[in-house]
Amino acid sequence: MLDYETLKLIWWLLVGVLLVGFAIMDGHDMGVGTLLPFVGKNDLERRVVINTVGPHWDGNQVWFITGGGAIFAAWPLVYATAFSGFYWAMLAVLWALFFRPVGFDYRSKINNPTWRGVWDWGLFVGGAVPPLIFGVAFGNLFQGVPFSFDDHLVSTYSGTFWALLNPFALLAGVVSTAMITFHGAIYLAHRTAGEIQWRALRAAGFFGGLLLLAFAGAGLWLWMAVPGYVIQSVVDGAAQPDPLAKTVIREAGAWFANYRRYPATLALPVLVFAGVLAAQVLARTGRTMAAFWASALAIVGVIGTAGAALFPFIMPSSLDPNASLTVWDSVSSRLTLSIMLWATLIFMPIIILYTSWAYRVMGGKVTAAYVRENSHSAY
Amino acid sequence: MVSEQLVDLSRLQFAATALYHFLFVPLTIGMVWMLVIMESVYVMTGKPLYKDMTRFWGKLFGINFALGVTTGITLEFQFGTNWAYYSHYVGDIFGAPLAIEGLMAFFLESTMIGLFFFGWDRLSRKQHLMVTLLMAVGTNLSALWILIANGWMQNPVGAEFSYVTMRMEMTDFWAVLFNPDAQAKFVHTVSAGYVTGAMFVLSISSWYLLKGRDVEFAKRSFGIAAAFGFASVCSVIVLGDESGYTVGEAQQTKLAAMEAMWETEPAPAPFNLIAIPNEAEMKNDFAIEIPWVMGIIGTRSLDKQIPGIRDIKLKNRERIVSGIEAVKALDVLRRNRDDAAAKKVFEEHKADLGFGLLLKKYVSDFSQITPAIIDKAMHDTVPRVAPMFWSFRLMVALGFAMLALFSLALWHSVKGDFADKRWLLRWALLSLPMPWLACEVGWFVAEYGRQPWTIYGVLPTHLSVSTLSVESLYGSLAGFVGFYTVLLVVEMFLMVKFARQGPGSLGTGRYANEAHA
Repeated sequence: MLDYETLKLIWWLLVGVLLVGFAIMDGHDMGVGTLLPFVGKNDLERRVVINTVGPHWDGNQVWFITGGGAIFAAWPLVYATAFSGFYWAMLAVLWALFFRPVGFDYRSKINNPTWRGVWDWGLFVGGAVPPLIFGVAFGNLFQGVPFSFDDHLVSTYSGTFWALLNPFALLAGVVSTAMITFHGAIYLAHRTAGEIQWRALRAAGFFGGLLLLAFAGAGLWLWMAVPGYVIQSVVDGAAQPDPLAKTVIREAGAWFANYRRYPATLALPVLVFAGVLAAQVLARTGRTMAAFWASALAIVGVIGTAGAALFPFIMPSSLDPNASLTVWDSVSSRLTLSIMLWATLIFMPIIILYTSWAYRVMGGKVTAAYVRENSHSAY
Repeated sequence: MVSEQLVDLSRLQFAATALYHFLFVPLTIGMVWMLVIMESVYVMTGKPLYKDMTRFWGKLFGINFALGVTTGITLEFQFGTNWAYYSHYVGDIFGAPLAIEGLMAFFLESTMIGLFFFGWDRLSRKQHLMVTLLMAVGTNLSALWILIANGWMQNPVGAEFSYVTMRMEMTDFWAVLFNPDAQAKFVHTVSAGYVTGAMFVLSISSWYLLKGRDVEFAKRSFGIAAAFGFASVCSVIVLGDESGYTVGEAQQTKLAAMEAMWETEPAPAPFNLIAIPNEAEMKNDFAIEIPWVMGIIGTRSLDKQIPGIRDIKLKNRERIVSGIEAVKALDVLRRNRDDAAAKKVFEEHKADLGFGLLLKKYVSDFSQITPAIIDKAMHDTVPRVAPMFWSFRLMVALGFAMLALFSLALWHSVKGDFADKRWLLRWALLSLPMPWLACEVGWFVAEYGRQPWTIYGVLPTHLSVSTLSVESLYGSLAGFVGFYTVLLVVEMFLMVKFARQGPGSLGTGRYANEAHA
């Protein structure tokens, strides 16, 4: 069994990997959902758009469910504090996600324009709302979240839902929505042809630009006006987790401390720009598959940039900074982290293997002819 | 102190969303094997009828599956949103099976379901059958991990409390995995799902036969459902009995409550066929007893005693008194981790910590505890008897009614004359709601029967909730009721539409009610 400190670090990385996996896989079908009402001008076109992700959205959604399960298992205190504190935000995500399974599966079962129109907008909500709220949540993590613990680690959240929607957090929401929509547009360009592909490329142009602007803006804002958090006491990474045992202060510019200490991490924000620009060029020169992976690298960059800035914090407390949750003190026991690591190492490669097989089987451009021929079985 | 109303509303929301989710899960678990059987026959014989059967029943399966997925996410979210202290307190153990469920089972199931629906023309016959099979394996593994998590709530093995981290921590993963409660629950629950799947196909096929349409299609479906259903209903009854027998205190308390056994009877104890339980006086006002039966079912012996409710409560009272010392010592240790005297007391009484915590429902300051309060907490340790007694009997009665139906269906299916037995077809049609009712009541017996605990003997329900406002709970509950009502209407509408239309909805040109694009 690895030592506790190493396991804690590995799990910080693995949660990051799962978040990135979620954003790349479930992200592209959410992006497709967001774009659906705009790139599909009539029912047939919309069915083409939906069927690019039809066989895959269900498997992709499990990235989200497994990510949630992994946070529960590896960071139970984070799972408990964040989900209950962000109560209404989490419910909004949940209720938006309700529209996806039924939207995908039920939409084409009845041939009625109103029925189909309702589900088109349902898929839009299910695609656009979750990334927006996740971005807003990340924006709030940087500013600190008003929660505290009593002696028995019962957490109390003293903010409101509306306080989450502050300007910086909304900008972070724009970053994440633009990122996911951009990624969806690139995927759509890969899987469609003609008119729809052209509209998807235009959308990619817009959302790629928006992503870079918002990302740079959020970085600047963070630097100028959002103080960070610093642990002042000595950290013992091997200690039994106890979030009340440290002292933490707020300090201007502290979110950039890791970048100053390890300049190599600056590659992460650079990756965002490189990924987006490469994806734009590749998609427009017909190499759409490579464009998809370039866009995926941009996602690695965005999530990595945020993670590297926050480290070792996961969820700082604005109310009682000492109670902030970090990778050292809000984790599971060594045994659980170790079992979960084995489970991930065994099953993740298998998942990637059969997911790639599924994409290969269903590969190729989705066309109007395909939808017409499979009218009773396609979405 | 946590308000009663908050606890009640949190429980109501969890129960409502879990029961709702469980309308869709058993059908998925059972139908998926019926699809495997039908498609296997297709691959072996090459007869297109069996492919059509797989695709048509698969279509109904898909409509059901969509809502299973939708409502399943709610449950995963809800541990965090509404049961935050629970999530912190036992996440170290409880979170792992949930995460492994995702990695090992749900990914497989969800990826394969896409290929099941979209892959017919892109895969060879054998490849497609393999996809269907993997989908079934994924579905059932998923149930396994969820029930390992649930089994641990009933019988929390392989874990220990730590006062430094203020939570339960896993000490033995294999004990959690091979928890006898979890294994018994798994086989009983999936068998119940198989019965549900079989009943669904049996009833709808009977309806086609009563209408005299798509006769060949319906007859083959009926035959498969009758055989599969008979095997499953036998297994659900035998293995259900096995889960009653499983040792463990939570099960003992449940057993006493669902049998309305107030006293510890001399072995072998009699079985109360019917009784009118009197909660206040802890006795039955009226009972029809069958001698010996309970003792034999409950202990598999003639000489072992089964503890009655009065004795269980008295034993629990001692544990509460001992638990008070554990809670007091814990409070000292939380302020000073190195207090040696407190550590010693804590270690002595640690096993009863959960019982001490039961008192937090009534007092926050443990110096104000009176014998009357201890008595109140003692009475809380056994769930109310009448709901347990009657729901259990309803579940069992439904089980035996379905056994009768499937026995006759199989008998006439072997003889080959079921299509003319209109009484049998009508009976099968009318029995359609039975497995759902039995599943829901079974869930109630298992989970209500665990009260007042979320984790038996470890964490009381009223301490498990998130510190939310009552208004938030009313709001979210209203939202769930609204969303779920609309979803149910939409789902039922589609299900009825396609069931009525029948295999004609595939557009193959071989059936009645052909679909037009």
